[in-house]
Amino acid sequence: MKVLVTVKRVVDYNVKVRAKADGSDVDLNNVKMAINPFCEIAVEEAVRLKEAGTATEVVVVSVGAKQCQEQIRTALALGADRGIHVETEGAVEPLVVAKLLKGVVEKEEPRLVILGKQSIDGDNNQTGQMLGALTNMPQGTFASEVAIDGDKVNVTREVDAGMQTISLNLPAIVTSDLRLNEPRYASLPNIMKAKKKPLDVFSPADLGVEVTSHITQLSVAPPAERQAGIIVESVEQLVDKLKNEAKVIS
Amino acid sequence: MSLSFDSARLPNPDLTEEHHAWRDQLRRFIDREIMPNVDEWDEQGFLPDELWGKAAEFGLLGVGYPEQYGGTEVGIDLHHVNIVSEEISRTSLGGLPSTLLSHGIGLPPVLAFGSEELKSELVPPILAGEKRISLAITEPSGGSDVANMQTTAVRDGDHYIVNGSKTFISGGMGADWATTGVRTGGKGGAGISVLVIPMDLEGVSRTPLDKKQGWWCSDTATLYFDNVRVPVGNLLAEEGHGFLVIANNFNNERLAMSVMMEANARVCLEDAVNWARDRKTFGKRLADHQVIRHKIVEMKQRITTCQTYIQYCTRQMAAGTAEFGDIAMLKIQCSQTVEFCAREAMQILGGIGYMRGNRVERIYREVRVNAIGGGSEEIMRDLASRAFGL
Ligand SMILES: Cc1cc2nc3c(=O)[nH]c(=O)nc-3n(C[C@H](O)[C@H](O)[C@H](O)COP(=O)(O)OP(=O)(O)OC[C@H]3O[C@@H](n4cnc5c(N)ncnc54)[C@H](O)[C@@H]3O)c2cc1C
Repeated sequence: MKVLVTVKRVVDYNVKVRAKADGSDVDLNNVKMAINPFCEIAVEEAVRLKEAGTATEVVVVSVGAKQCQEQIRTALALGADRGIHVETEGAVEPLVVAKLLKGVVEKEEPRLVILGKQSIDGDNNQTGQMLGALTNMPQGTFASEVAIDGDKVNVTREVDAGMQTISLNLPAIVTSDLRLNEPRYASLPNIMKAKKKPLDVFSPADLGVEVTSHITQLSVAPPAERQAGIIVESVEQLVDKLKNEAKVIS
Repeated sequence: MSLSFDSARLPNPDLTEEHHAWRDQLRRFIDREIMPNVDEWDEQGFLPDELWGKAAEFGLLGVGYPEQYGGTEVGIDLHHVNIVSEEISRTSLGGLPSTLLSHGIGLPPVLAFGSEELKSELVPPILAGEKRISLAITEPSGGSDVANMQTTAVRDGDHYIVNGSKTFISGGMGADWATTGVRTGGKGGAGISVLVIPMDLEGVSRTPLDKKQGWWCSDTATLYFDNVRVPVGNLLAEEGHGFLVIANNFNNERLAMSVMMEANARVCLEDAVNWARDRKTFGKRLADHQVIRHKIVEMKQRITTCQTYIQYCTRQMAAGTAEFGDIAMLKIQCSQTVEFCAREAMQILGGIGYMRGNRVERIYREVRVNAIGGGSEEIMRDLASRAFGL
């Protein structure tokens, strides 16, 4: 069984991002980049399927500028077998990513595609679902457990009411939630070996996709700074403030 | 520009994507396996045995060692090693590298000068984290004057009979072997040889040196040799070549220590800056007082100097053109910088900094061992001065 797994290059989750002075975007100058944490969980799940003998090959794909090959290499060091880079000029919106991934799915014909449920930069939470619709494959989103069962995959999902387990026919799309697994670290020998694993580069045109844009980012601003609190003198004063200033009770 | 551990590091044009990948993964390993345990391990006075296996599996013990013995050498350079020194020191647990990585000084002489048989016996289990090795040069009678060591080894057939003792030996209590300086000939440097002594031989005993100012988690030891019969095959290089065998790895050890001290200084900077931004006195943040701002700038200025000198020396080492004097001055530069930064960071933290369980307090306790061990500041200056032909 071939598993396709996606990784996105995002700002490292440890970095405190800042808005550019002109408010046009987040300042990415000299900022540490990493694999989106949910994508890393997706890679880990795919590698575990391979280690368990369920998957035979793990192919990792990333869409973005040249630099996202660094994240593909990391995924290869974590245990993926080969990489595919779909090179675009800068970031593209979820629908375009989904179309490009559909092109890769058609080329590779994986039995299972695992994506992160969302990326921590845009928090869109769209690509997996869009890919499901475009490829007409069943989808199991927010997976906290993935179990292959013959020609089906059972996905346990974290939903508001608790845990829901669904069974999907393969080939299928799964998006990973935080508790699916704890990703490993890549050992030094594996980092060195990853350099030699194959990595193919495609352009959107190779996949028959035209890069379009339907969304314009108007501005980026940091959250308002929290004002210092005050210590109220009595319960009466508190109730009064909640009623008349904050207007949260009546 | 902010002053976090990462942002206070000068860009290094020699680092490649692979180096960054190594740093990323190493940091994850450290953040998961080491960082949360730092205080506990230091207070308990030893490292857990499982750590060696985990570090070996991750590839940390084998950085730069030949593949045939279980290491990773192809594609590895001095920057990978520097990244290890730097990231390990981000934990502030100074006793950790001298213990977990004690093979970094004990093993290179074996690899460079040992017989094939000896290497096949020692290196694989050490890189696999199953066995340990220390370097034993310093004696109760002194450490600076290496050429004057007193421990003797007298040839008797296929063996050397070793008598004497070694002290302040890092990792000495847990070591399976000690790469040991001994006197096989007459007085001075020309009479010295190096023997790899198995610690389970009859006549070897050891006592812990566990009441130290710092490096609490490190199992420092005094070793005693009482008519210990060591096979002649355990001799490194030839008789009388011991000084060369020992000195061969000095620059590597001192560069590693320098990188660790610079990183420790940067930890002090980071923790002090975070505190100065947060803590308010006299109605404003500490960082708004000019005196505190100047302290921070002076820390950064000295740290930056260390970084540029480290980059220079690393390039020289990689090219094989490093001068002993440069590495010696680098070591002094870095020990003085960490001393200064530990002091100033502690002043900025105030009383809370004096409480155990924070990185600055620990680094403060570990300033001196860095200024004394691996060649003291005085000895380093002496070494450097010789190159100037004064
Ligand atoms: C925690 C710890 C771990 C250590 N680990 C190891 C280890 O693993 N292996 C090992 O072999 N050693 C180890 N050492 C020993 C260390 O290398 C020595 O302490 C160091 O070399 C200094 O030797 P000494 O302590 O005998 O001081 P001495 O040589 O007695 O010197 C005492 C002082 O006099 C100064 N001095 C000496 N000669 C001169 C001179 N000619 N001119 C001016 N000043 C001089 C020195 O700088 C020093 O300040 C360790 C030490 C410590 C504290």
